[in-house]
Amino acid sequence: MSLTASVPVSKEAEQNWPVWFQEQQASARSDYETTPEPSRKDEAWRFSNIGALRLSDFEVAGPVTSEGRLINHSQGLANFSAKLVFGNNALLHQDVERLPEGVLVKSLEVAAREDEELFRKFFMAQPVELGSHKYAALHKARLSTGALLYVPRNVEVTLPVEIFHWVDGENSCIFPHTLVVCGENSKITVIDHFRSADGKRAFACGVNDLHLERGAQLNYIAIQEWATDSLAFHLNSTIVGRDASSTALNINFGGGFVRGESLSRLIGEGARSVMLSLNPMQGERQIDQRTLQDHAAPHAASDLLYLNSLDGAARTIFAGLIRVERGAHRTDAYQKVRNLMLSDQAEANSMPGLEILADDVRCTHGATTGEISEDELFYMQARGIRKTDGRRLIVNGFFQSLLERLDSDSLREYLGGLVSEKLGVPRT
Amino acid sequence: MNTETKHDIAIDRSIGDFRYDIDYEFDAGTGLSERTINYISDVKGDPDWIREFRLDAYRKFIDKPMPTHWASHDLDNIVFDKIRYYLSQGTTPKRSWDEVPENVKRTFERLGIPEQERKFLAGVEAQFDSEAAYSNIKKAVGEQGVIFVGSTEGLHKHPEIFRRWFGKVIPTGDNKFSALNSAVFSGGSFIYVPPGVKVKHPLQAYFRINAESFGQFERTLIIADEGSEVMYMEGCTAPKFETTTLHSAVVELVALPGAKIQYVTVQNWSPNVFNLVTKRGLAHEEAEIKWIDCNIGSRLTMKYPGVVMRGRKARGEVISIALASDGQHQDTGAKMIHAADETTSNIVSKSISIGTGRATYRGLVHVPKHLKGCKNNTECDALLINAHSRTDTYPTISVRGQGNACQHEASVSQISEEEIFYMQQRGISEGAAMSLAVNGFVNDLVQQFPMEYSVELKRLIDLEMEGSVG
Repeated sequence: MSLTASVPVSKEAEQNWPVWFQEQQASARSDYETTPEPSRKDEAWRFSNIGALRLSDFEVAGPVTSEGRLINHSQGLANFSAKLVFGNNALLHQDVERLPEGVLVKSLEVAAREDEELFRKFFMAQPVELGSHKYAALHKARLSTGALLYVPRNVEVTLPVEIFHWVDGENSCIFPHTLVVCGENSKITVIDHFRSADGKRAFACGVNDLHLERGAQLNYIAIQEWATDSLAFHLNSTIVGRDASSTALNINFGGGFVRGESLSRLIGEGARSVMLSLNPMQGERQIDQRTLQDHAAPHAASDLLYLNSLDGAARTIFAGLIRVERGAHRTDAYQKVRNLMLSDQAEANSMPGLEILADDVRCTHGATTGEISEDELFYMQARGIRKTDGRRLIVNGFFQSLLERLDSDSLREYLGGLVSEKLGVPRT
Repeated sequence: MNTETKHDIAIDRSIGDFRYDIDYEFDAGTGLSERTINYISDVKGDPDWIREFRLDAYRKFIDKPMPTHWASHDLDNIVFDKIRYYLSQGTTPKRSWDEVPENVKRTFERLGIPEQERKFLAGVEAQFDSEAAYSNIKKAVGEQGVIFVGSTEGLHKHPEIFRRWFGKVIPTGDNKFSALNSAVFSGGSFIYVPPGVKVKHPLQAYFRINAESFGQFERTLIIADEGSEVMYMEGCTAPKFETTTLHSAVVELVALPGAKIQYVTVQNWSPNVFNLVTKRGLAHEEAEIKWIDCNIGSRLTMKYPGVVMRGRKARGEVISIALASDGQHQDTGAKMIHAADETTSNIVSKSISIGTGRATYRGLVHVPKHLKGCKNNTECDALLINAHSRTDTYPTISVRGQGNACQHEASVSQISEEEIFYMQQRGISEGAAMSLAVNGFVNDLVQQFPMEYSVELKRLIDLEMEGSVG
């Protein structure tokens, strides 16, 4: 079944969702069909590679070929509190035995029936406003499953929850979704792993919603490892309530053209949002990231740091906006993108923006584009480190500095190891 | 500081807010059509290629949409059919103030132009609506071979230089307003500085709009030949009308190898003026172009002076100060196009938003493929005075390849309460303290203006700040 054809999703999916959600999907489908395709003239798509958005080759993925193998390969941290494995739009496996009482971890279609109120309140509640409205509508229209996590008030989940999203089969299309709701003063760490089962070109159109009620603390990490010529959308929204604190890190190792949209809306006094991204880019890969730090309440803080290294003919786009709404006084907002150019064919485009409608704010942004200093390489060579290794070490150091922002040793260690491995840094 | 604003903008405009009745000899009427353009060409005795250039530009203007997909929707309030595109008392400027018609002369005397000319300028051109009323250059400067005339005279008397560069830095179709200017341009300066000549004192142009519902479209072309140096300053005022006035200039600078051009603007249009100006310079090898741009007046200003660094080691710089008061939107910035190795550019922008004023910085830094050793530094600082003030920063930095360094930094802040309190304790009123603080904020940039201008600027800032707290 072609992705863009106006036929309903599978019979099975239709039976999974309650009727009221099927109706929402029908209207999302017409929303998708009537919303025009993006054009480079749209500010939200400036510099973007519109040509990469051709969806006609893709089909909604069928069942995975080897369920057992994918479940076996769904390995992340050594210690976790729960694990969900999705493959080609179906839940393959769940291990939720060790969760504290009251914590809900279940698939979205089950949640839509069993926890309708919660689902209705939080599922895609924040409009997608950074340019990919059309693809968010496609996501909703075609969604068959996803993860819901709910942490009740005052509950702390000490070990991370890991969610694996696999795509299998050439030109397959999946719609991963993670919805996290953190109740008052709760605490949790969630890791989304996006992986390719066969290294073949695919299309992922993913959305996640993170909601933090008063005083909640959330660490959210997305590790994207799609096949290198895949097309992917990752549309994130984070809503941070009073005195709540969110740290979200998006790591992009894979994908041919990846469009990432991250919106953080600070709606309560004292809210805090840290937005991080780490993108080692090489080959012909392109990443197009749009961010919004939306300050709707006073005394809130946001801090964004995006790091790109660009090798080969890689191309990056970063367009970020800090928006301080009227009345959001005493805002403290920071935004920085750093591009490390490793090749003459690479291209980095940075558009850091500020829109300030309140006074008594402290907002700064910065963008730097530079190269590895010859002095540093020389220093390393003088100490017997070969030039190619020296370059890898410097790039590795560039990214490891960002991981310092995470407050968990085990996470830092795990992610640091992944980054070093991907960069081919010699083991010490 | 959540201080509400109550202040009367009119007092701040007193310098330019007056007008005398003038009988115009030539009037292209209201609205724009091919007939308007032919009328202007007839009056000015344009050569055929200029008439064709204008008509081609007019068609481009009609075809181009308003850039409201990124720019302010206030642009939609410009009614092109209600604007008068050409008004003059004749096309030949006078060489002596004694020959300038009485009311026009009185206008410029009130603005202090003849006095400044005597004191420190190497040459002056004073444009009144569509044409220059007065244009003169000091004898000694003229004898060095420096040409300083209006655009019409430039194209008639020096076609070999004029035609080579005219429209080459800013193509007609660059944007809707450069197309409009190209269709109806009149006035502005044509300057040529011969090789090695360093013009000691600044050349100045003063632009005055006197008529209501008028559009002023001056066209300036400055060519600094190899190793020469020149500083050009422009000022502008208009009386305050109820109706919309449009000012849409095109300014092209060409700095040949080793030349230096400094272009200083102090813009103090009245708050009914749409100021939509395209300014760009072409810097050849080791040449330097510096725009020093100060925007205090107008209703909406959109202006992003640019430098295309075409020769090795060329240098571009933009120093920008914007003051957005109640009801004003200063949408300013800079464009730096690196097109050769080892080119460097620097942008320093400071803006102040007062009352309901909005200041926007928009910038573009472009380093294309295969260039080495290019550097850009951009700093944007914004100061917000009141709770209803607004500031935006929209930079774009596009870099290809390694071996270049670009850095952009921007910050938004306000005057600290402690600072104001400290000054108040020492007997300075809150308003005066705010003025001092704002002047302190822009002081390092103001110092880059020629002395006479920096004094004027400080005074203007004081006036604007008056009553902004209460």
